[in-house]
Amino acid sequence: MTTISAQSLDLTFQTADGPVHALRDVSLNVAPGEFVSFIGPSGCGKTTFLRCVAALETPTGGTLQVNGMTPDEARRARAYGYVFQAAGLYPWRTIGKNVSLPLEIMGYDRAERIERMHRVLELVELDQFANKYPWQLSGGMQQRASIARALAFDADILLMDEPFGALDEIVRDRLNEELLDLWARTQKTILFVTHSIPEAVYLSTKIVVMSPRPGRITDVIDSPLPRDRPLDIRDTPEFLEIAHRVREGLREGMEAA
Amino acid sequence: MTDTSLNASGAAVGRSGRVALWLRRLPRTVAPVVTVVAALIALWYVACIPMNAQESLLAAERAGAEVTPATAAERRGVGGVSLAIANPAAALSGALGQERPRLPAPHQIVAELWQTTAGHLDGCGLAEEERDRLVIPLPFLPGDPVSGEARAISTPIDEDCADIFTSRRSLVFHAGLTLAPTLLGFAIGSALGILLAVGIVHSRVMDLSVMPWAIASQTIPILAIAPMIIVVFNSVGIQGLLPKSIISAYLSFFPVTVGMVKGLRAPSPADLDLMRTWNASGLRTLISLRLPTSLPYLFASLKVAIAAALVGAIIGELPTGAVRGLGARLLAGSYYGQTIQIWSALFGAAIVAALLVATLSMIERATLKQMGLQR
Repeated sequence: MTTISAQSLDLTFQTADGPVHALRDVSLNVAPGEFVSFIGPSGCGKTTFLRCVAALETPTGGTLQVNGMTPDEARRARAYGYVFQAAGLYPWRTIGKNVSLPLEIMGYDRAERIERMHRVLELVELDQFANKYPWQLSGGMQQRASIARALAFDADILLMDEPFGALDEIVRDRLNEELLDLWARTQKTILFVTHSIPEAVYLSTKIVVMSPRPGRITDVIDSPLPRDRPLDIRDTPEFLEIAHRVREGLREGMEAA
Repeated sequence: MTDTSLNASGAAVGRSGRVALWLRRLPRTVAPVVTVVAALIALWYVACIPMNAQESLLAAERAGAEVTPATAAERRGVGGVSLAIANPAAALSGALGQERPRLPAPHQIVAELWQTTAGHLDGCGLAEEERDRLVIPLPFLPGDPVSGEARAISTPIDEDCADIFTSRRSLVFHAGLTLAPTLLGFAIGSALGILLAVGIVHSRVMDLSVMPWAIASQTIPILAIAPMIIVVFNSVGIQGLLPKSIISAYLSFFPVTVGMVKGLRAPSPADLDLMRTWNASGLRTLISLRLPTSLPYLFASLKVAIAAALVGAIIGELPTGAVRGLGARLLAGSYYGQTIQIWSALFGAAIVAALLVATLSMIERATLKQMGLQR
């Protein structure tokens, strides 16, 4: 049983400067409930792969299945929630209204919208802020609201494209901890794109190391760390060993290219 | 939303402090405006002297004064500046008080504006023969379609002339008559503009086909097309408000279309991707994302559109030989050389336009603040 299954995926963009190989021969299986991080330098195709899963890009070769369906069918079935690097909250809606926007679009009735909105805002500890406007919240709180919005409609896959990339280290640490907690409670399958080695190692059950030109997978590391991870696990030898392996993978990818 | 943000000016001071801050800033904001206006008015007064020199010297000559050149015929080909330099006293004394000056002085226009709006209206309580002088003429009236005879060139003024809203001497009355087609035309034009923009943004065919026509429509001089619109509507029995409104709409739809096409395309790719991940329909994306995002663009174009609508309504009055409205005042004034009346009608139109734009600005500020698009 796999949630996401990619077999020798190819994606080539035709540009004025000739074809760009964003993805070349990418094969990956993700089991339900896994936390998979994608790490690599810019242009390695990690975001592109996520966008393929979300049916925002169409691969030019290979097969990709999401929940046993094509990505576009999965999108129509609302199989995933997507969190972008920018929170993307609408300034004319309160936090509560922002979170219930996907529910409105999906046709949930009013009572259920309110019930779900409060439930997911509680999950990200923003319940008291339902009537505030986005500009009244800090960047970290805005990003939490955008995660709540992605969780609101019970998709069992969460796609996160550098969600904490624009936040400072301290806020990022706290949000990482909260995200792990959220993952443990909701049992979602999470695909997470990041630039940060500690973030990837701390969060993931599986780390996918990618390298550019052409965008490809150079290493897939199954993390031996337990699911329950306090922040200071980052000082243990196991953690440092995985981090070292990720760094090596990134270096090899750069040298080969 | 009611909270004042911490970095707003005057946020840390109480109400009296805020007033004091405002008062302290006042000289800095008002002084440059006053300076520019004063300079313009001074320039205007100076310009009145050469512009009105011919008439000033004629009046001086009739009063028995020595002027050079001595006769009107000799003066005809001489420029106003040379005349004013040759006869400074006569030119200066006669420049600002003429009944039909080539260039009326600002105070004459203000007096006329005051008289025809807030002040006592001429013609009320005057003797019958004096009132005839004030009759509004019907200029350029075509011959009677049946008999071919020229129609009456004047229409009697209202008996009840005391009321500034109904008297034909009242600029408020004429402005009100021009305002109605302006607002209706603005409403039609804005609605059409928004609809076209929605179509252009959603359909590639419309994008390629409508925009060139919209641009072409604005390259045709409105003065050429206005009479045709009036005549076509008249031939199917529609007169009055609607044809004038159509001309207003013709001028006002374009800025709205252009602004809204930009506004509806303003959402970021990420915002649109988000809508796509929720499998939102095009209509849903339009209502929940594109329309709210376009509001700042909409207001900017509405302000252009309402001024254009006013111009359209005034132009719509010209080819009909209208007897009422700001356009009629302009036309009657130019027909009878009543320069003061022309200028006061022009200023009346400018004041109406300024009031309309200011109203829209107030609505804009309140709406955008409410929507969190401007703080």
